[in-house]
Amino acid sequence: MRKLPDLASEQQQSPKSGNRSAKHDSAHLHVTGKALYIDDRPEMANQLHAGFGLSTEAHADIVSINFEEVWNTPGVIAVITADDIPGHKDIGPVFPGDMLLADGRVDYIGQPVFAVAATSHKAAKLAARKAVIEYRPLDAILGIDQAMAQNSFVRPDHTMKKGDAGQAIGNADHRLSGQMSNGGQEHFYLEGQIASVIPLEDGQLHVYTSSQHPSEVQKLVAEVIGIPLNKVVADVRRMGGGFGGKETQAAAPACIAALLAVKTGRPVKFRIDRQQDMLSTGKRHPFRHRYTVGFDQQGLLAGVDIELAGDAGHSPDLTDAIVDRAMFHSDNAYYLNNATVIGHRCRTNTASNTAFRGFGGPQGMLVIERIMDDIARSTGLDPLEVRKRNLYGITDRNTTHYHQRVEHNVLHEVIGQLEESSDYWQRREAIRAYNQQSPVLKKGLALTPVKFGISFTAKHLNQAGALVHVYTDGSIQINHGGTEMGQGLYIKVAQIVANEFGVSLERVQVTSTRTDKVPNTSPTAASSGTDLNGKAAQDACQKIRDRLVDFAIEHYGVSGQEVSFHDDEVRLGERQMPFADFIQAAYLNRISLSSSGFYSTPEIHYDRETASGRPFYYFACGASVSEVTVDTLTGEYKVDRVDILHDVGHSLNPAIDRGQIEGGFIQGMGWMTTEELVWDDSGRLLSNNPATYKIPTIEDMPPVFNVELFQQPNPKHTIYHSKAVGEPPFMLGMSVWCAIRDAVSSLSDYQVNPQIDVPATPERVLTAVTSIKKAAL
Amino acid sequence: MIRFLLNDRLIEVEDTASDTTVLDYLRGNAETSSAKPATEQRTGTKEGCCSGDCGACTVVVGEPEGDRLKYNTMNACIALLPSLHGKQLLTVEDLAGTAHPQDNQNNKSELHPVQQALVDHHGSQCGFCTPGIVMSLFALHHEPPENQPDVLEALGGNLCRCTGYRPLVDAAESLANGQPDDKFFRNRAETLSRLQTIEQRGSVSGYGAFIPASEDEFARYLVENPDARILAGGTDLGLDVTQQLKKINKLVLVKSIPSLQTIHEEDNELVIGSAVTYRSLKPILTKYFPEFAQMLDRLGSQQIRNQGTLGGNIGNASPIGDTPPVLLALDASLDLRHGDTLRNIPLNRFFLDYKKTELKSGEYIARIRIPTTPHQLKVYKLSKRYGDDISTVLAAINLETSDDGHITRARVALGGMAAIPRRADLCEQILTGSPLNQETLSQAKAALCQEFSPMSDVRASSEYRLVAACNLLERYFMELSGQNVRIICHA
Repeated sequence: MRKLPDLASEQQQSPKSGNRSAKHDSAHLHVTGKALYIDDRPEMANQLHAGFGLSTEAHADIVSINFEEVWNTPGVIAVITADDIPGHKDIGPVFPGDMLLADGRVDYIGQPVFAVAATSHKAAKLAARKAVIEYRPLDAILGIDQAMAQNSFVRPDHTMKKGDAGQAIGNADHRLSGQMSNGGQEHFYLEGQIASVIPLEDGQLHVYTSSQHPSEVQKLVAEVIGIPLNKVVADVRRMGGGFGGKETQAAAPACIAALLAVKTGRPVKFRIDRQQDMLSTGKRHPFRHRYTVGFDQQGLLAGVDIELAGDAGHSPDLTDAIVDRAMFHSDNAYYLNNATVIGHRCRTNTASNTAFRGFGGPQGMLVIERIMDDIARSTGLDPLEVRKRNLYGITDRNTTHYHQRVEHNVLHEVIGQLEESSDYWQRREAIRAYNQQSPVLKKGLALTPVKFGISFTAKHLNQAGALVHVYTDGSIQINHGGTEMGQGLYIKVAQIVANEFGVSLERVQVTSTRTDKVPNTSPTAASSGTDLNGKAAQDACQKIRDRLVDFAIEHYGVSGQEVSFHDDEVRLGERQMPFADFIQAAYLNRISLSSSGFYSTPEIHYDRETASGRPFYYFACGASVSEVTVDTLTGEYKVDRVDILHDVGHSLNPAIDRGQIEGGFIQGMGWMTTEELVWDDSGRLLSNNPATYKIPTIEDMPPVFNVELFQQPNPKHTIYHSKAVGEPPFMLGMSVWCAIRDAVSSLSDYQVNPQIDVPATPERVLTAVTSIKKAAL
Repeated sequence: MIRFLLNDRLIEVEDTASDTTVLDYLRGNAETSSAKPATEQRTGTKEGCCSGDCGACTVVVGEPEGDRLKYNTMNACIALLPSLHGKQLLTVEDLAGTAHPQDNQNNKSELHPVQQALVDHHGSQCGFCTPGIVMSLFALHHEPPENQPDVLEALGGNLCRCTGYRPLVDAAESLANGQPDDKFFRNRAETLSRLQTIEQRGSVSGYGAFIPASEDEFARYLVENPDARILAGGTDLGLDVTQQLKKINKLVLVKSIPSLQTIHEEDNELVIGSAVTYRSLKPILTKYFPEFAQMLDRLGSQQIRNQGTLGGNIGNASPIGDTPPVLLALDASLDLRHGDTLRNIPLNRFFLDYKKTELKSGEYIARIRIPTTPHQLKVYKLSKRYGDDISTVLAAINLETSDDGHITRARVALGGMAAIPRRADLCEQILTGSPLNQETLSQAKAALCQEFSPMSDVRASSEYRLVAACNLLERYFMELSGQNVRIICHA
């Protein structure tokens, strides 16, 4: 650069924004329709579109495929099957098992069998429906019970053990056992799976992908084609929602588009439309839970024996880690005392279930929350009393069943504050009185806590990189390995960078996440986006700042302590100069104004052999109180009021955090209530579009919805002592389910534990009501 | 030729297939017969589901209603291009920079008040549903104060998977009571007059679409072209195109025909044109059948209610349509027209079998007649989700009772319980002449179980449908005796 930018005009503006609740960096683009998603990018002149043909059998050998009608469809340019894949055919993220295209055998209805490229999206869709595939059916395994009965697993089971649960339960005053199940959950990201691949010179590919894990997309694209990773750039500006559904399963459309792009030499876009997306991609894992617990007259747990069985679908995908996380969270907030927790990973002939906000945690917590309620009904205590009694202690009773000590326990404070602010006890009395005089409508109330472990349980994923550039006009560009799916990661990291340089947020531009800027990144998952990437960005900023301080010491003759950065100024002892002027001086003196940054989470480890360790750096906690009214004639219900207090540490951005809490709660409530996945007897998913799969609408929002942040700084050295907030609030939705069971139980004067599996659809609620009424006759 | 205003630009569509969706047209995906690009590149409007269920594609359509310009939302993904004829189409791209008077308009990037409200309340996260929400808020903002729907009702058809909706409600409420002061409101007279010149009240042949100017013309056309698909609200027809990938080569539009859009209050009955939308139906139903009117708030979403028609809901003959059971319980009848021949049949005789009706080739539903005699109608819609969900069971019950507590006339009509919407004949027989008591209720329930064997499907099992239907009858009995036992009030 021969001539530096003129700073005169720039210095007049430079608005100060000390606002912690900064708006989402794309808010103005979202509302004007200018935020570009992959399908919005201008198409190339020779653009092709991909489509795929899906299996109609749950388990079968492919005898033959006739593509004649496919080729006869106008606009078709290419057709590929597994045989046309030059490199790896299996894109399993951890373990093998995920064939990009079925290779001689199909394992579920909706599995991609072949792909086409055509001149329009419609032509590709139409053509892909026209192949004639002949199958030889094989026996299919549908559902957890069948898989367990036939020992059909994708991975071996795992057990966590503390003390002697069998003996403790045997010696306890009271025992309870039971079984329940929870359904899966469709992610229903509003933007479906999509990728767009542009072939470049020298065999390079630019891959626009709507993925939470660009580095994995880069790797898998390179592997299926059989080229080195350095030929592929994966680029993610934003996703229209992810929720875990784009952690591993965004890779398939990118790989297909890449294969077709290489084959045709033309740019290929693959947008999977809603129904195919719902049929072909995995969901939250359904689980079956069995338990036996022993407890005393005060409701205190003596021991628990829990068997979890998660439905992996046809392949491992991330199931091992998901069932592990379910097991890690089968204590939720409670000291289990003596515990045995076993987790099975069932193989069934359905789509491969995958990451979804909470990653097994929600399924694990369900059963212990059910146990708390059922103990309350057995002992005649209030469920809240039983919960509080069983919480982890501060100084004792604080070792988990995987032998991690629960430190800095805020559960007692969070619950204490919430029971007061929500008037729990007064409302409990009012509800009992209401139920006495209301024959048809019954109210229920429940307070449930959440304690969620923060860190990837796969240790190596707990690392992140960032790249910060300061330019000679004083503007800053930040790039990091985290992806933006709406959660506000970009704005939080921008706030961190602005803070590190003491400049206004307007100076900081976050750019799209690309594997050529920050390599070898981890997925944006496990709530870790800000914890990891925020720290990496801070590290990069501090490296540059250290250089700038050294420069100031030498150039301006001040001491290190005399140099500080704030309000878009640099203070140099007595002297003060605008940030941009200082940067120009540094540039002219040949100071490097760019740096990468890195972070890896300290302290964590877990030994799977002994099932013990410290898998989590810390826990994020929260609690919610839900009040519902149930209609005992139809099983319909309404959520009348919800109060939430959630622990975010020292919030980086209270508005963004609140958005995560409210959104997480409603999504959790959806899983608990109306979001029901239904398959027919042949294994075909019937709830395969939004007409049949019902996520909450605005009309389901509780009319009273009080949400507060519990802002005690995180004692651990996280970025500015904040806490992760992506997943934990999802599990606050459990209080809705518990409240529904509470309401139904009132029909038996709180003697009977209603059998209401998740989701508690009106049908399930009415079935439970009917069974209690019958038992009373 | 199909002509409409895209914001303030006149668009004339000549060579684009009539079964092109508005969304494909906007996003540049429409296929045309000529080389010149006939589509836009407006990618602000998103495709979320392509079935009219998620609202990401919500656009606003302006059309004359009397001397007023009415702005309604619509799902662009299932709307077919010819339905825009004579209307103004607005998309999310049109809003910024319109809030200030023209002479002062120097900042195109300045957000429209509804956009600003969403930004101020942190109303977007991933942002993919946001353009649709902006447009729903825009339409809400432009409703005249006396006609303002509830915020939840207005936004019920816009799914958001991120926010949990609270900020959207706050944003909407921050706009309430504000008279719109934007370009669209200021220029309404000019827009209206431009639309009136377009509409030209004559039949317009488009590319595969026919837009008759009068009912006579329509009736004749249909006799000559019995294979033409009738496009009314298009909320079901659009799915044939987007989900079944069917090609529709011959369309005839009915929304332009004035006589099919009118509602007459006659001495003992309401006479409703078959192309009257659910939304336009609500005020008159509120007057005569408040339970029916309240149920309409839960029929589809606002986008669907703005477009879908009463005639369409009947003509589709779906076993899970929401209005047929209610109309059955009210003894409605239909005027069917074939060419110049008109006949009237009770609705009870219209539905023959699954998706099969009494309609003959070339015949159409012209008007729906509902007696306005005194009634005790109650309507119960049962679905998995409160809003925008198809009924698991819909029960419409209307009993006439004498002073001595006997049932003198019974109408029990059910949706979702059989291959067609139908009356519970046996149950009605049991009820008629019986005293209003528990014994009668038990017998009536038994009759329901005897005469219905509903199917199990994705929405519910057969057993649930049957138990719930019986319980809804019980609810009716309780409500007649003055007990308030409903949480799911439709209103």
